Amino acid sequence: MSVLAAAPGAPSVFDGFANAVALVVLLLEFGMLRASLLRAQVRLYAGQSLAVSVLAVVVAVGHHVPELYVLAALSLALKVVVVPLLVLRLLRDADAEIAGSGALGVASEVLISIVVAAFGFFAVGVLDIHSNVLPTAALSLSIAVVLVAFILMVVRRDVVSQAIGFFSLENGASLASLVVASGMPLILEVAFLFDLLVAVVVFGVLMRTHQRRSQSLSTEHLDRLRG
Amino acid sequence: MTIILVLLVVVPLLTTILCAVASYRVSAAATVVTGIAAFVGAIVLVPTVSAHTLTAIRYLRADALSVVFLLATCFLYAVTAVYAVGYLQTARDVSDGEEERRAYFAQHSRRFFVGFNAFAWSMMCAPLVNGMALLWIAVEITTVISALLVALDNTEGATEAAWKYVLIASSGLGIGLLATIFMYFAGAQVLGQSYDLAFDPLLAAAARLPDTPVRLAFVLAVVGYGTKVGLFPVHTWLPDAHAEAPTPVSALLSGSLLAVSFYAILRYYQIATDALGPRFPQTVLLVFGVLSLLLAALYLLEQQDIKRMLAYSSVEHMGILAIAVSFGSPMALTGAMLHVLAHAAAKGNAFMGAGVLVRKFGTKELDRMADGVRLLPWSGPLLVATVMSLCAMPPFGLFRSEFQIVAGGFSERRNAGTAILVVLVTVAFLGLSLATTRILFRVRPLSSDGRLELPTLTVGEPSWWMVIPMVAGILILLLLGLMPPDQLLVLLSHAADTLRGRPA
Repeated sequence: MSVLAAAPGAPSVFDGFANAVALVVLLLEFGMLRASLLRAQVRLYAGQSLAVSVLAVVVAVGHHVPELYVLAALSLALKVVVVPLLVLRLLRDADAEIAGSGALGVASEVLISIVVAAFGFFAVGVLDIHSNVLPTAALSLSIAVVLVAFILMVVRRDVVSQAIGFFSLENGASLASLVVASGMPLILEVAFLFDLLVAVVVFGVLMRTHQRRSQSLSTEHLDRLRG
Repeated sequence: MTIILVLLVVVPLLTTILCAVASYRVSAAATVVTGIAAFVGAIVLVPTVSAHTLTAIRYLRADALSVVFLLATCFLYAVTAVYAVGYLQTARDVSDGEEERRAYFAQHSRRFFVGFNAFAWSMMCAPLVNGMALLWIAVEITTVISALLVALDNTEGATEAAWKYVLIASSGLGIGLLATIFMYFAGAQVLGQSYDLAFDPLLAAAARLPDTPVRLAFVLAVVGYGTKVGLFPVHTWLPDAHAEAPTPVSALLSGSLLAVSFYAILRYYQIATDALGPRFPQTVLLVFGVLSLLLAALYLLEQQDIKRMLAYSSVEHMGILAIAVSFGSPMALTGAMLHVLAHAAAKGNAFMGAGVLVRKFGTKELDRMADGVRLLPWSGPLLVATVMSLCAMPPFGLFRSEFQIVAGGFSERRNAGTAILVVLVTVAFLGLSLATTRILFRVRPLSSDGRLELPTLTVGEPSWWMVIPMVAGILILLLLGLMPPDQLLVLLSHAADTLRGRPA
């Protein structure tokens, strides 16, 4: 429990709040893992992005980093509004509601994810990386988010869930960057976000191509290329 | 000189925009001219960066290491641009006549030229930007553009390959982003909370960086960017994408994109050796290199598809590069730098030759091709020479580079690593040369049922535009193998020096 013991005594209000938001991000990741309606999954992603934006504001207030307000606003506009809307439009066109069954049952998926998330949480904890902006537990949580996002991409067999898995992986990375790299110049942060937008457009184009070609969102038959 | 640096980053972007609006002929001409101009520009930079590091408008930077990778990219940009003209021309001849198909061709070729130039542009930016964060952004842009190019042919295979590629490579780069963040954290301990991850301050501070975050950043970078290099076990997208992309794009993917991603790893290596000493980063690279080489050598023995075979050969050569860097001696590092250039030329040529064969026989399956040397009087022999050079036969450039790598390995007493390298390269040689000999010299195709006949094909090349770039590639390989220019050797040894860590 060295992670939690790193901050001696009771955590400050700021630390407690930051940790709580980071935890919400992880819980929403689990929510995405078990959501069977694609629409619900996209909404959970929007909620997760919102939580990350809120955390950016919290850090901006708590540590007087005014650039983070801009970042929070941009990430709110892009990740909470634009990206989910794009994906939802695709879903409407594709006329698909329910994600195909994953490679595993929901219960096993969640169990595996808990193990993986715990591994990520404690593995980063023992690395002893201290940040003077956010409590270390938030960093451990962000790595757990990234790992669970990988599980999501691995077990799901439809293009929307896999894409959402990747987008939420990026949310995990944003969380980590808030914890340990909040001083990064704004221009780089904006470039990262812009890059994400380009990636989203490309994901969208490819999802659409796939859907037109196979009349479904499933990746089940994407197994012809081998060897 | 800084103006050339800026032009190299700006002009291909302008060409991209031009291609979005211009007609087929204008786009083709602009692409070829830009490609050749970019190669000339990269050559002009060589003497300057051998003397000192060049920076421009704060966010651009070129040193010997980056120019080596820039040369490889620009050379392939030039030759594949010429090749693409022939590649599209043969497609246009087929679609001549009907109005509908002509409209389809116009749209297809426009998308191709826009994507092609944008892809080359992003790969030229990656080695020229100043800083870990910008480097990540450039590499991510190469991913998304090339994913669209892989999907361009709009076949079932292309769609599948593009989806796998964009998903796997983007996830890999997600790990690369974590590496960037941890590197930022490490740097922040010395340089203060707000800085922009530029190379020079980071390198100057490298010795004082805290151990654990640098270690973490390096391993994450090897796995993350390694996804795009095609290192085992995150190489799985590579054969699919290389096989399904249009041939000029396959050549760029293999010769240039993999190398540019390796460049990103080398930047992390540079900082990690300064911060941690050479032992840890070298061990990591050695493990990934040997595993990739092993996998590729075994897959090469039993391959049915000509483009997949060449893709696995790329995995093999990236493994060789990783092992070469892990040896760490000046000779092996210089060899590795030469290897980047020679591999770009050879693999570009091999894909272009394979593309001609695919056009001629109308299939990618090795079993259905035969008698290539007679049917293709130019590309056939050129492909033989190219494959020999890929197998590191003298007198070509790869012979010189691999010889230097092996000699460098023995000189550092890395006997086990070097011996494994030699054995696995020999296995790969066997696979590659057997398959090529079959399709080029056997008179009749060997199908699994043994009855398959060649369709009646006439002797002749599909297009001269597809032959000229191969001649250029072979000439470059001969030049690199027989008498590399002095300026180039100076550049290579300077690039190798930047990877050796600070002088003890």
